[in-house]
Amino acid sequence: MRKTPWIALLLLQLLFPLLLPAQDDLLNLLKDQKPPVNYTEATFKTSRIVIGQSIENPAQGNMLFLVTHHFGALNTGYSNLFGLKQAAIRIGMEYGLNKRLAFGIGLNTDKNTWDGFLKYKVLRQKSGGKKFPFSLSLFANTAVYTTKWENPDRKNYLSSRMTYCIQVLIARKFGSRLSLQITPSMVHKNLVPTSADHNDIFTLGGGGRMKISNRVSINAEYHHIFKGQVVSSKVYDSFSTGVDIETGGHVFQIFLTNSMGENEEGFLANTTGRWSKGDIFLGFNISRIFTIVKPKSFRK
Amino acid sequence: MKKYWILIIITVGFCINGFAQTYVTKNGMIRIYSEAPLEKIEAVNRQVNTALLVPTGDFVFKVLIKSFNFEKALMQEHFNENYLESDKYPEATFLGKITNIKDINFTKEGIYPATVEGKLTIHGQTHPVKQNGTLEIKNGAVTAKSKFNILLSDYNISIPNTVVNKISKSIEVTVEVMMTKLN
Repeated sequence: MRKTPWIALLLLQLLFPLLLPAQDDLLNLLKDQKPPVNYTEATFKTSRIVIGQSIENPAQGNMLFLVTHHFGALNTGYSNLFGLKQAAIRIGMEYGLNKRLAFGIGLNTDKNTWDGFLKYKVLRQKSGGKKFPFSLSLFANTAVYTTKWENPDRKNYLSSRMTYCIQVLIARKFGSRLSLQITPSMVHKNLVPTSADHNDIFTLGGGGRMKISNRVSINAEYHHIFKGQVVSSKVYDSFSTGVDIETGGHVFQIFLTNSMGENEEGFLANTTGRWSKGDIFLGFNISRIFTIVKPKSFRK
Repeated sequence: MKKYWILIIITVGFCINGFAQTYVTKNGMIRIYSEAPLEKIEAVNRQVNTALLVPTGDFVFKVLIKSFNFEKALMQEHFNENYLESDKYPEATFLGKITNIKDINFTKEGIYPATVEGKLTIHGQTHPVKQNGTLEIKNGAVTAKSKFNILLSDYNISIPNTVVNKISKSIEVTVEVMMTKLN
C-alpha cells in the first residue's frame, strides 16, 4: 500500500510527454530575458518643427534637401498680391554623418546669407530594455551675409557680418501622435547697430506637433525674446503654425508666420512682424530625402 | 528501497522525456521584398525567434517589427510609423504546426519537404496560413526554409491613395531559420 504514491508518480512521468508545452508555452520560451532597447523614432517628421530646428537629423548616410520659402506680408494688400510678389528663399542641404551628428549648409536670398550648422543628438528618448524620457540635441550655426559693402571706402571686416546661434533642443514624444519641444536659444551678433543693443540675445521657445492622420500633422512653434536686448528696432516674439504633409520621400510644410527671417538669427532676434497687425507671411518648406550611403547590409 | 524507486522513476522519466526535443534560434532570417513600378521595397530581419517542438511539430515564430532593416532609412521609418504601426503592434507571431512531422527523420541528415499550417498575426490581425517549405537536418541543426506571398489587405495594412501605384499589394516573404537543440 505504501508504494501506491510512487506508482502514481511513475504514471505521471510516463504521461509527461503528453503534457508537453503547447504553442503558447513555446512562445514563452522565446521571450527575451532582456527586452530590446526601443529608441523613439520620428518625434518630428523632419528637421524643422515649422521654421525652427527640431531634434531630428537625417538618418546616417542620408541627405536632406530643403527649400524654405516665405512670401511677403499678407497685409501689403492687393497691389502686392498679398505678399505673393515678394519672396525670401533658403536652399539648403543637411547630411547625417552618423546616428547622432549631422551638418548642414544653406544659402538665403535675404542679404545673400550663407549659413552652416552642426546638430548633435546628445540624448535619445527610449523605452524597453533601457528607458529615458526625452531627447536632447544641441544645435550651433554660423551665418554670414555677403551683399556689397554699404561703405566700401571704409575698412570693413567680414566678422562684423557674422551671427551665431546656439540652441538646446529638448523634446518628448507622448504616445504616437503628440510631440513637444522646448527650445532655449542664444543668438550672438558680432556687430549691433547701437551700444545699447546686446550682442548676446536670449530667447526661450518651444513647439509641437499633433498628428491628425498617419501622414498629416498640425504644428506650431513660438519663441519669446526677452525684453531690453534689442532696443534700436522693435522686435517681437515669433509665432508660426502650419501643417506637415508627408508623401513618400517628401515632406511639405505649409505655414503662416510673423517672421520673414529664415535663419535662426533672423526669426529669433529680428522678427519685426506682428500677428495682430496682419504682418503674416505665408511660407512653405519642401524637403526631400536622398539615400547617399546605404546601410552596410545592403552594400553590394 | 525508497531511494531506488526514486532513482528508477527519475531515470525512466528522463528516458521518456528524452524523446521530446525543442529546437530554437534567436537569429533566424526573414526577408520581405516587393517590386512595384516606382518603388522597390526590401527589408531584412536577422533577429527572428523561432521554436520547433519534436515530435508534435509545433512551430512558433516571434518577430520584432522594429528589427527589420531597410536600405532607405525613411522607408524604415514609414514602415514602422504608418504601415505596421510598430508602437501599437511591436511584434508579429506565427503559431502553427508542421503537419507532416511524422515523415521527417530528425536523426538522419537530409532535406525534407514540410507543410506548415497555422495562424499568422501581423499588425494585430490574425489570418490562417498554409505554406510549403523544406526542413534540412544537418549536424544536429534544423534549418527551415520557405518562400511565400502575403496580401497586405489580410492584415489591415492600408496603402494611401497617393502612393497606391508605388507599393505592391502583396509582399514576398522569405524565411530561413537555423535552429539548434535546446538543452
